[in-house]
Amino acid sequence: MTEEVILQVKDLKTYFHVDEGLVKAVDGVSFNLRKGETLGIVGESGSGKSVTNLSIINMIPSPPGRIAGGEVIFMDKDLLKLPMNELRQIRGNKIAMIFQDPMTSINPFLRISTQMIETIVLHQGLSKVEAKAKAIDMLKLAGIPAPEKRIDQYPHQFSGGMRQRVMIAMSLSCNPEILIADEPTSALDVTIQAQILDLMRDLTARLGTAVILITHSLGVVAGMCDTLCVMYAGRIVERGATGAVFEEPKHPYTQGLVKSVPRLDRISGDRLFSIRGQPPNVIDLPDCCPFYPRCDRAMDVCKRKYPRTTEFGNGRAVSCWLYTEAR
Amino acid sequence: MAEKEVLLDVKDLKMHFPIGGKKLIKGQQNYIYAVDGVDFQIKKGETLGLVGESGCGKSTTARAIAQLYKPTGGEVILRGKDLTKLKAKALIAERKNMQMVFQDPYASLNPRMTSGDVISEPMRIFQKHGLLDLSRKEMDERVEQLMERVGLSRFFRNRYPHEFSGGQRQRIGIARALALRPELILCDEAVSALDVSIQAQILNLFKDLQDEFGLTYLFIAHDLAVIQYISTRVAVMYLGIIAELSGSADLYKKPLHPYTQALLSAAPIPDPKIEKVRKRIILTGDVPSPDRRRTGCYFYDRCWKKMDKCKEAVPKLREVEPGHEVACFLYHDVART
Repeated sequence: MTEEVILQVKDLKTYFHVDEGLVKAVDGVSFNLRKGETLGIVGESGSGKSVTNLSIINMIPSPPGRIAGGEVIFMDKDLLKLPMNELRQIRGNKIAMIFQDPMTSINPFLRISTQMIETIVLHQGLSKVEAKAKAIDMLKLAGIPAPEKRIDQYPHQFSGGMRQRVMIAMSLSCNPEILIADEPTSALDVTIQAQILDLMRDLTARLGTAVILITHSLGVVAGMCDTLCVMYAGRIVERGATGAVFEEPKHPYTQGLVKSVPRLDRISGDRLFSIRGQPPNVIDLPDCCPFYPRCDRAMDVCKRKYPRTTEFGNGRAVSCWLYTEAR
Repeated sequence: MAEKEVLLDVKDLKMHFPIGGKKLIKGQQNYIYAVDGVDFQIKKGETLGLVGESGCGKSTTARAIAQLYKPTGGEVILRGKDLTKLKAKALIAERKNMQMVFQDPYASLNPRMTSGDVISEPMRIFQKHGLLDLSRKEMDERVEQLMERVGLSRFFRNRYPHEFSGGQRQRIGIARALALRPELILCDEAVSALDVSIQAQILNLFKDLQDEFGLTYLFIAHDLAVIQYISTRVAVMYLGIIAELSGSADLYKKPLHPYTQALLSAAPIPDPKIEKVRKRIILTGDVPSPDRRRTGCYFYDRCWKKMDKCKEAVPKLREVEPGHEVACFLYHDVART
């Protein structure tokens, strides 16, 4: 990992206009991704993890969605302002994606070879024969046995884990700078999850790819990520090096989250810690701290205004009034 | 601890589903051997965790116990009665003692019924069969008590499921399961669809209810940490059989079966310091399809400690240490017949 920043997300805002009102799915998210780094985004359902990443490659369906503000700087260009034809040269080529469900993200009607060759021919300008050789190499790297034979099969002939391997091979076939993996192992069993995470770690390290890993599993983050962003109701409430965040979570939400996961390596005692209440309804959310109704340390100011982000150096930052006042 | 009464005794439970169309000649029929001979007992007041990967037969086991499927073979003895041999009417009466909570809080509640109706439905059905005698008022009171008990305001009783969040819906499902005051609750992945912060709330609720009503749980989950937290004893399933069964703390401290060892080492621990240095046993390949009869150990294809004899015979689930049973030839020589 170097200090060179390859992707800068600045004050990103993505809103959805629904019948009930305005949903600020992503509301002022900023982070930097360095070369070769693995950055984790954790949060519960509806916290805006996936929308953040779809916004980065400008894939928000509009309407009802709208990127209401912010910048995404990649290779000195703002991806949000790029014309469609230039954006297409980046998607799948420089920035690739893996999705949660490998069955719905591969075309079931096309052979694996057709889908892989299409991408490689389009982005790398190889001939079809060369592209197929490259595709077979990638499948081999991804640990698919007998890739020469398997490449001409259809997606349904692969198991869930194998399909995810195909997705990884496909996404890395153009040597992307950035790989966005949206819950890549959530649909898989633990033993298969271990295989796939191992493969991702190994391949991205070898190819020097930076990864944005979206997940709801703190366990996956702990093993995979260098840095970590915790999202709640469309905002990043805490970020920092993974070790530091786990060791000393600062935001009350992160503290609760870390404590409420049952752990294999220790007997959890009689009761688990649990955060009371429900995740907020994100429709027409007022400009307060969205966590305050569930927070044990809520103060008056939390109900009035969203806190500024307090920087602690080394990329560590927290958005909470507890720390804003102390400064 | 005094020896507790056995509430549920499952003996050699088998559930085979015919596939590929009906064949006239018996030997030619193909089956999915979803559950292929499972034995365990659950004592009153304890929680048996059932853990395994998708397709290992966890849910089928629960459904076969609840007699939602007619088991292919074996016995399910609840409070001394073999449910597989009961006639329809007698079975309904027995179901009073056994209720289920399902995984998906969206699919398991009728969207056209109010939460109050969902919770009272079991009572109304039993009323219809003449198995319960409650006045309208008593029933309403019980619904309100149940709602308050599982952490929902009783003023929500006229709301419809879509007006609740996932965690609240799961609370409705739990209230419904409690409505008939059962002794045994079968929880099929009851917390898997929930977010971490809500999952902790519901797990705590399950524990509190157990203490309060003396409930017995069969708790199915694929998350090992959840199972460890909630269970007294744990059964690890693989391809329709139980590979290992032991006390919860024991299993996690000292897993015997190679599959259990691999499963435990594959489960991520939310602590970067531990994760960075942990050694994993990475299993090769996928879980095979349970569509053929096995003559050797069910785990043979993926086992890294396999021996010659594992190919020839199926190891029986056998007690090798007090309260710790394992189906593996590394620890004993007893084969299944």
